Amino acid sequence: MSKRLLIPFSLLIIASMVLAACAGGATTLECTDAIGCVEVAPGEAIHLAYMLTVSGATATLGDDSVGAIRVALNDRPEVLGHSIELTGEDSGCSAEGGQTAGTKVAADTSVVAIVGTNCSGAAFAALPTISEAGMLMCSPSNTNPGLTDPEGGWLPGYYRTAHNDKFQGRIAAEFAYNELGARSAATIHDGSPYAQALQQVFADTFAELGGTITFQGAVNVGDTDMRGILTTVAADGPDILYFPIFEPEGNFIVAQAAEIAGMENTILMGADGLLADTFPENSGENVVGVYLSGPYVSGETYDAFLAKWAEVVGGVPPSGFHAFAYDCTNMILDAIESVAQQGSDGTLLIGRQALRDAMTATANFDGLTGLLTCNEYGDCATGEALAVFQITEAELGGGWPPAAIWTP
Amino acid sequence: MFRRTLSRLSWVDLFLRAFQLVAAVVIIIGLVNTFTTARYTSGQWATLVFSGLAQGSIYALIALGYTLVYGILLMINFAHGEVYMAGAFSTVFLAIHFARTGFLARSPLIAIVILILFSAAISTTIAVLLERIAYRPLRNAPRLIPLITAIGASFALQYTFRGLYGTQFRAYPDIAVLKGTWNILGFDVPLVQLVVFLAALGLMVVLYWYVERTRAGKAMRAVSEDKAVARLMGIDIDKVIVSTFALGGALAGAAGVFNGLYRPQGVFFLMGFFPGIKAFTAAVLGGIGNIPGAMMGGLLLGLIESLGPNSVLEGLGIPATNQLKDAIAFIMLVLILIFRPQGIFGERLAEKKA
Amino acid sequence: MKTIQWRTTLRYGLLGGVAALYFSAIGMVELFAGRNLVGTTINMGHILLYGGVVAAGFLAARSEAHARLPQRLVIGLVAGLVAAVPTIALVLLDSVWDMEAIFVSMNNPLIRLLTLGRGLPGLGMFLAVCGALGLAGGGYNSMPGEHKAAGARALALVLIVAIFSDLVTQVMSNLFGRGSLSLFFAGKALKPAVAIVLFVLMGAVFYFRAVRKARTPLDPEKVKVDKRTRLQRQVVQFVVVGIILLVAPQVLGSFLSQVLFEVGRFVLLGLGLNIVVGYAGLLDLGYVAFFAVGAYTMGLLTTATGLNMGGGVMNFWLALPVAVLISVLFGILLGFPVLSLRGDYLAIVTLGFGEIVRILALSDWLKPIMGGAQGVLFIPTPHIFGVTFDTPQKMYYLVVLGALLAAFVSIRLRDSRLGRQWMAMREDEDVAEAMGINLVQTKLLAFAIGAGFSGLGGAIFAARLGNVFPHSFNLLISLNALSLIIVGGMGSIPGVIVGAVALVGLPELLREFQEYRLLIYGILLIVMMLNRPEGFLPAEVFKRELHAEEGELAGTGD
Repeated sequence: MSKRLLIPFSLLIIASMVLAACAGGATTLECTDAIGCVEVAPGEAIHLAYMLTVSGATATLGDDSVGAIRVALNDRPEVLGHSIELTGEDSGCSAEGGQTAGTKVAADTSVVAIVGTNCSGAAFAALPTISEAGMLMCSPSNTNPGLTDPEGGWLPGYYRTAHNDKFQGRIAAEFAYNELGARSAATIHDGSPYAQALQQVFADTFAELGGTITFQGAVNVGDTDMRGILTTVAADGPDILYFPIFEPEGNFIVAQAAEIAGMENTILMGADGLLADTFPENSGENVVGVYLSGPYVSGETYDAFLAKWAEVVGGVPPSGFHAFAYDCTNMILDAIESVAQQGSDGTLLIGRQALRDAMTATANFDGLTGLLTCNEYGDCATGEALAVFQITEAELGGGWPPAAIWTP
Repeated sequence: MFRRTLSRLSWVDLFLRAFQLVAAVVIIIGLVNTFTTARYTSGQWATLVFSGLAQGSIYALIALGYTLVYGILLMINFAHGEVYMAGAFSTVFLAIHFARTGFLARSPLIAIVILILFSAAISTTIAVLLERIAYRPLRNAPRLIPLITAIGASFALQYTFRGLYGTQFRAYPDIAVLKGTWNILGFDVPLVQLVVFLAALGLMVVLYWYVERTRAGKAMRAVSEDKAVARLMGIDIDKVIVSTFALGGALAGAAGVFNGLYRPQGVFFLMGFFPGIKAFTAAVLGGIGNIPGAMMGGLLLGLIESLGPNSVLEGLGIPATNQLKDAIAFIMLVLILIFRPQGIFGERLAEKKA
Repeated sequence: MKTIQWRTTLRYGLLGGVAALYFSAIGMVELFAGRNLVGTTINMGHILLYGGVVAAGFLAARSEAHARLPQRLVIGLVAGLVAAVPTIALVLLDSVWDMEAIFVSMNNPLIRLLTLGRGLPGLGMFLAVCGALGLAGGGYNSMPGEHKAAGARALALVLIVAIFSDLVTQVMSNLFGRGSLSLFFAGKALKPAVAIVLFVLMGAVFYFRAVRKARTPLDPEKVKVDKRTRLQRQVVQFVVVGIILLVAPQVLGSFLSQVLFEVGRFVLLGLGLNIVVGYAGLLDLGYVAFFAVGAYTMGLLTTATGLNMGGGVMNFWLALPVAVLISVLFGILLGFPVLSLRGDYLAIVTLGFGEIVRILALSDWLKPIMGGAQGVLFIPTPHIFGVTFDTPQKMYYLVVLGALLAAFVSIRLRDSRLGRQWMAMREDEDVAEAMGINLVQTKLLAFAIGAGFSGLGGAIFAARLGNVFPHSFNLLISLNALSLIIVGGMGSIPGVIVGAVALVGLPELLREFQEYRLLIYGILLIVMMLNRPEGFLPAEVFKRELHAEEGELAGTGD
């Protein structure tokens, strides 16, 4: 900018400062919170942010969560007389994306709480900044055990409604061993921290129960031909194949398994990454009989949610984590409602530590994903609301969601 | 000068030869180990070979687009994978519509031909627009410049189609007639793989005939040899270049439908990126600018990807070998290019141009 | 008097209409209708929808060089009306066949927007609005030159301030506190009065500057400066740049410092790649490999979970040179097999190397060493003399230091014997060899030094991020690095910086565009290359080459 531009600009700015100084009114509320407060003036909105992956190959995950947040905010347009403003950052599914998005959100001190991130890698990188800024972050789909491990990456202010891999992997293995009577198993992951950790928990639990792990393999995101790895799996003829990965790689595994000699008697089992309404149709006929471990999203309330989704967002949720995002949003709004101090003029004062405490104290929250109770390290899903589903002809014909056939 | 080059390069050559030798030995050890343990039946190997060929023929069709454009403009059309995506992604909706109305079940052959034509039309349109907007104004610029616009176009196209069709994954419908297997040499081969392979081969033969025998093809070759002379001979350079892009686009569009038949799942806006890079690799493997080279490069790459992890790597005792599929493909590329820096079918001439 | 070329008018109108249709169909219009720019009257959706219409009117009127004002107005009107046609056709089509099942963006909110909330009759209003805007565009074209330029610039400035209001508000709240914001901005939008004042003020400034410039032609005596003044000026510039670099993070706050850090990281990458591609003419598409090597070396040496180098965990400062050294070794190692490859063969093989490194880092095979999919976590933040580099503001200084070092080395190399050998090799390998240049040594040195810079960037990146995952090292990094040195201007060091700001910094500031960020990035790449094929700040050699009859870039050129 040239010098001539600077002069009028600085004039404007100085004028604004003078006016701003005159305009400062007295507030009746005083912040006593240990790590500071957010003040919401009368008529101003309470500021929530999201940090999700809305670009790139994982965009379905982010779109899914964003939609659920919008549904939740449509349900509760106001909290304590204040409207709610939602802004968002694309964190991608990467550590560097998470860090930049986290820095951006943390720089805006009006942000009360954050829904995010989708990917655990992004959360690890974003969390230090977010936690330092005193904010609260609730993730709908981080499942990495390290994030709620105080010896690992946990930091104050982190919560999640998604299931820790420790729960889901164990339940899947127990189901395979005890209910299906499988004695040998193979696993496939896709190189994402999520899938790799989940299949490891499955494999460990399965071996613990007395089963044999014949093969632990991996594909890459973007691979389309799974015949090679399926041939390797088939060589040992395991009773079950557990592949906790996403679309479209999961579709390819299901579809191509039909072609491989030696896979006829192997049961296929996926996880919540594939628990999406597009999965059966996109996988073709061979999907009938496939088991999926995942959150037990209860019938009626969930149907109502889907109806609201169709109205607010349009269509159906593109992935499997929307219910978690919906619960995250509502838990945050509940926490705000319970701790915010209201001034006589309508000003809200939200203590950041108080908000965290209220979130930690959440118990028996009746959410879409079951009863949620947070522990001190932010794990709010207790693992009880997990179930195993089986895809039938009905789902292939467009029915959704499938019925839960087993709950622990 | 030759002697001097020789004396100076000798230790490098020695090193490269040693590298090749070691690599060859490692590969042989891997193969021997795998085949002596006899983990897989011959039927399972056959499955991998035939799926490799089907995949390879799809790579080859896309690779032809790279090679045709390269032959004429000496530029890497980095957005060609997106041209393929555009056709495949747009056509999936028509295919689903055909399946719903029952047209696909009633007269599958006509339906598939319509799908291929539709896909080819979309891809051709995109390819021609690309040439007009992003490449033509830069025809005389240094060669890296159109490469950058191609990268830009690649992003722009991906996200345009994301905006148009959304982020959801789609799948081509099952086609009843293509189910089932054929018995070839005692192996059960899925019919669809055979059809895709033969259809792709047919298209390539037609293309070869077109370029070698027809007037338009001759004009194309003339432009690729020398633009200035071709212009003097009365050839409309712009028209030839546009038709080259259109041809490459049509092949990519057809490849999109073949891919949908062979492997119906996973149709979405980023589906073109990796196949694009693989096809580019295939084109280089065969010798870029060379039409039979692109075909052979594609088939070879398909086979390496399909067989490499299970045959070579597993014998070496490496866990989770399928994860390394792309790595082994690129390592084979390096090994082959050390032997023949101009690719398998590439001419010495290409070296000077490249 | 010449007759009006209606075909041209029609063409511009249709182009503008297609632009409006495009932005509507891909969902941008609807999404950004919620983003107010000025008050609640002008939002970003309006710009996307009607921008093309105004431009159509303007350009159509401009193409008629001899037309008089009324004629221009009519031309503008017609162009505007034509520009409305594609969108109207779309809405009509949608009313008979609901397209949302396929075209996800063709939803009801968009239709409401396009029909101005009045159902199908609203299309008439849409047509009228487009016509009026086209008319305005045409009329604007008839204004005298100085007014036209000043108005356009002022309008652009107001829009830029409104679009980048995030940036502006952050700087303002850092400087003057948050209280100053509500005076100018309502949410993210400029207040209408502020926008008008800004427009008038800036318009006046631009106008008077243009008038004065026209009145006082440059005095040739003044332009010529003697050596001493030039030196003085350089010193002053140097000091000013130094001060700006020094205080920038304090003024800009943490997010913008993070953006600067990202820019710095890519400046390092760009400077390294500039040696390989810009100086030596070796097209490397797998440059991310060395970045990954640097980052992983740093990660593995400094964490307890990684390799314990005998006596426990190294600190950042010890690991940094090791990371650079190992990257250099990798540069030489990967350089060997490609010595005999040229041009595009080299490009695809290096691309393969980049992928191989990423795939190996991700593999279960090397998981015991590299961490596989779980990456390397808990890399300690560097600290020295009691200062811990735990914020983006502090890490910024580290990356700036690295970049300055790399720039210094680059400049010295460029002017050295080795630099001239590289240039000779770039021009023609065969001739260079005949002149007695040792190609093997020269090529390997280029790869090695380039890899060293990249490794340095990777090591700093790992320390800032605190963890490394294999997914961070994908092909897009290589493509981005290549694009930025070419957009900036090949072979030029200031060009690398400009390129990094444009291709790394700008997308970060456009975070609001979210999923359309990469679309804008792609379009920007095309537009920049079409308008300035030589880049923003090209090196002298390349500028000359480009303006020589048939631009050729030897080594990478045909």
